[in-house]
Amino acid sequence: MSRVRVLVGTRKGAFVLTADGTRKKWDVGGPHFAGWEIYHLKGSPLDPERLYASQTSGWFGQVIQRSNDGGKSWEPTGNEFTYDGVPGTHQWYDGTPHPWEFQRVWHLEPSLFDPDTIYAGVEDAALFRSTDGGRTWHELSGLRCHGSGPHWQPGAGGMCLHTIVQDPGDAKRLYIAISAAGAFRTDDGGQTWQPINRGLRSQGIPDPDAEVGHCVHRIAMHRSRPGVLFMQKHWDVMRSNDAGASWVEVSGNLPTDFGFPIDVHAHEPETIYVVPIKSDSEHYPPEGKLRVYRSRTGGNEWEALTKGLPQRDCYVNVLRDAMAVDSLDSCGVYFGTTGGQVYASADAGDSWAPIVRDLPAVLSVEVQTLP
Amino acid sequence: MIRVVLPPHLRTLARVGEEVEVRVEGPPTQRSVLDALEAGYPVLRGTIRGHVGQRRRPFVRFFACEQDLSHDSPDAPLPDAVASGAEPLLIVGAMAGG
Repeated sequence: MSRVRVLVGTRKGAFVLTADGTRKKWDVGGPHFAGWEIYHLKGSPLDPERLYASQTSGWFGQVIQRSNDGGKSWEPTGNEFTYDGVPGTHQWYDGTPHPWEFQRVWHLEPSLFDPDTIYAGVEDAALFRSTDGGRTWHELSGLRCHGSGPHWQPGAGGMCLHTIVQDPGDAKRLYIAISAAGAFRTDDGGQTWQPINRGLRSQGIPDPDAEVGHCVHRIAMHRSRPGVLFMQKHWDVMRSNDAGASWVEVSGNLPTDFGFPIDVHAHEPETIYVVPIKSDSEHYPPEGKLRVYRSRTGGNEWEALTKGLPQRDCYVNVLRDAMAVDSLDSCGVYFGTTGGQVYASADAGDSWAPIVRDLPAVLSVEVQTLP
Repeated sequence: MIRVVLPPHLRTLARVGEEVEVRVEGPPTQRSVLDALEAGYPVLRGTIRGHVGQRRRPFVRFFACEQDLSHDSPDAPLPDAVASGAEPLLIVGAMAGG
């Protein structure tokens, strides 16, 4: 029978949650790296026992951990993230130039094509790649040196490169997103990049439809349709049918179109999930009701999924990397909250139950479906 | 031998106890002790001082003999009691937050 492994990064350590394919009884492993912030963990799709974790601390900086046995044991690997050349400046919150300074790794994305290749999205925003399983890292500086780089500005959480999506049909095509610069695409393996923000409108910047400057929160893709992208922006849920060349809003009947995560059903490429959050100043669900919204039409028409989720007095947030799906039938959907709950649905969102309720604030959730 | 006391998170990371010993040539300085420490425990590279410029991380402090040496030159000699092994060099995570 298949198994599921849920990798959870929190403010105070990592946890590995496991269950068989029924997804009814869960074992909770951890904390690993206790006391450290674990921004993200992810396994290689080509070698699922190989996991990577971004372990970070305001005191002691960045550590990258690697496991070769599915998270039973870990070894620190390379942690030197040095910008290519003279880093220069980007804009600070007040609009003044600010030197590019490495802060932490927000997101690790193992390659779909090579088990030794992994990408790291970092703050201050840049993309790094390792081709030796995380031992050494090299910046793909064509992104940061895109002509707009000096004009990028941090979002409230820092100027982070938080989303990396690889085209499953083309190893050289990558999509990334930066708060608050926007989305970018490379078609040549990271040498050159183009902004892909046409159609986005953001009221918080001087030119609402500028080429860069948008606070993109998350991008998702179904592997069967790599040209179709879904985006949760600061405000607005968006869709692109042309690999990001243009976007249309599909917020439809959502109670609020602010939020962080967005994901796609494993087997239905037009079924997508978001977690609406009241506003950018009130980071909790509207009316104190924790609701996942599902669209079976690729956006615009949304239904609230509430069974098993708290429908009163709930004031948690769900962060951008804290939702994932498994590939079982029926599709499992998972998300973690800043209140430390990890919720799972084994029926594509129709009903939910907590796997665990009292972890530290959840930063990220990834899921592996294992044979 | 120079005695170095590590903060709890770095002991866990380096898989050592509270105190480690390192050998340096000549009068010990912050730089020579940290060079020896990182050579013996490569996992500590980047955690006490940055990879670029080798600057002390802002929330890491160096204490010895009831003195705060954090703002001393990295090439200044450490106190005699540290050089003789009578006292350890304390590497401390600054108190901040809860």
